[in-house]
Amino acid sequence: MSEIDLETARKVAHLARIAVPEENLPALAQELSQMLTFMEALNAVDVEGVEPMTSVTPMRLKRRKDGVTDGDIQAKILSNAPDAREGFFAVPKVVE
Amino acid sequence: MSDLNKLTIAQARDHLRAGDVTAVELTEACLGAIAGAEKLNAFVHHTPDLALARAKAADARIAAGNAPAMCGIPVGIKDLFCTEGVPSQAASRILEGFKPEYESTVSAQLRDAGAVMLGKLNMDEFAMGSSNETSVYGNAVNPWKVDGRDLTPGGSSGGSAAAVAADLCLAATGTDTGGSIRQPAAFTGTVGIKPTYGRCSRWGVVAFASSLDQAGPMTKTVRDAAIMLQAMCGHDAKDSTSADLPVPDFEAMLTGDIRGQKIGIPREYRMDGMPAEIEALWKQGADMLRDAGAEIVDISLPHTKYALPAYYVIAPAEASSNLARYDGVRFGHRAKLGPGDGISEMYEKTRAEGFGPEVQRRVMIGTYVLSAGFYDAYYNRARKVRSLIKRDFEQAFAAGIDAILTPATPSAAFGLGEMAEADPVQMYLNDVFTVTVNLAGLPGIAVPAGLDAKGLPLGLQLIGRPWEEGALLNTAHVLEAATGFVSKPVKWW
Repeated sequence: MSEIDLETARKVAHLARIAVPEENLPALAQELSQMLTFMEALNAVDVEGVEPMTSVTPMRLKRRKDGVTDGDIQAKILSNAPDAREGFFAVPKVVE
Repeated sequence: MSDLNKLTIAQARDHLRAGDVTAVELTEACLGAIAGAEKLNAFVHHTPDLALARAKAADARIAAGNAPAMCGIPVGIKDLFCTEGVPSQAASRILEGFKPEYESTVSAQLRDAGAVMLGKLNMDEFAMGSSNETSVYGNAVNPWKVDGRDLTPGGSSGGSAAAVAADLCLAATGTDTGGSIRQPAAFTGTVGIKPTYGRCSRWGVVAFASSLDQAGPMTKTVRDAAIMLQAMCGHDAKDSTSADLPVPDFEAMLTGDIRGQKIGIPREYRMDGMPAEIEALWKQGADMLRDAGAEIVDISLPHTKYALPAYYVIAPAEASSNLARYDGVRFGHRAKLGPGDGISEMYEKTRAEGFGPEVQRRVMIGTYVLSAGFYDAYYNRARKVRSLIKRDFEQAFAAGIDAILTPATPSAAFGLGEMAEADPVQMYLNDVFTVTVNLAGLPGIAVPAGLDAKGLPLGLQLIGRPWEEGALLNTAHVLEAATGFVSKPVKWW
């Protein structure tokens, strides 16, 4: 069985940008370990020479003209922002 | 005419055309049914004013002649679809207050065809769940009830299934990433079809796992599924994976003639511990199709048992990427920040508050399988297994199989809360018969086929060749007629 230790669980939570309180890490590590164990059934499959699937239907993505299709909708784009000021999305200070 | 909300789409369409009923009357009947069904918690955002305005417009259009089939038909829309000016939050706290400035292509096509949106329907958060228990709105409840317990309507399109089964609307939209249309349809005695990947535009549908997600109709009959699917699908330049193929007249393809069709019965779907009732129902379904002139053929889909593990690598991986957009900057929830908190704390606190436990779990497992050092071992291996699963189906179709018959679910609807103590993998087993279809991009339909000993509906699934939804619907139509399933839940709500 795969074991995800506390350090790995902490790292994954940070990579996913989800704050997980220290006391919840053991339960998270255990759940992730269970899921990984479930996935390890895949190791029994012979995948030698098999291409990983990139598209489920054998189609070439359509090309479109490299042109402007939309625009001048600043107010619409900002209308759902938790904090919009002077035509921008506002966030906490990023650089000192 | 009474109980207008109980009509099928086809019946309502014919009455509207004949002038016996108006779209406003139909809409009012549904709004009344919705108002009396709060216990089901199916509709979570109500749009009665919009519905009546659209119904009035539909009546004018019908009077003018040449209205499309969906014109004046009251429908519910799953909360996963972005609807202009109407809350669309994928049953997540992180999209609280979000009112899209645009309309998803599928709901826009329905709107443009004259369909009347009654409101938004409950679902599992971000469509991640099989019981509608991960919703920020609370559980949707199955109108079917056989004892004191409240049962799940299934998930993730649980609100859609409950609303259709309880006649709160004539039909509803659903989406299906691993079985989220077909499992709830089976749990509620309704019909649900997931079309071929690429048939319905994904534009404006909140993304879960983009290579698997497809929208589809949830209806009372197979004929209704044909009518509504036709209005929902078609090429859309805004979704690069949308298929530029003509959309046939699906309803016209319901000939009832399946003579000479080869129906495959995959031996790998005969699971250990499968309830005898499901096994019997499956056999009965095969016998009915044989009696209708089809040839029943045993087939093998050897990689079936790897479908769930492959799915639970691929879907969370894609979800972790898709859900990265919920960062508290552009829309939805932003956490209150403490003194000294910077942008990282904003992201981490926002996502911890906004995502429920199942979504957090899947985003994190997806992050893990995509992280450096594990990408090949998990994600690439799963994509290779996915190729093999698809190849299994291709070989069956190449051998002349027209459609494949399987059970839709491994059990009837279970009680809400009954899986709370189980580990997450137990819940995932609900998708065991449906998930292969998403991995292979095929069309699949769940058809109600009978009741179990307790009186709960059970469904069968038919899987078709890519792009052949018309033939698939026709086979489903034959099965539906043969089973003669007409049971409805007894009203308790």
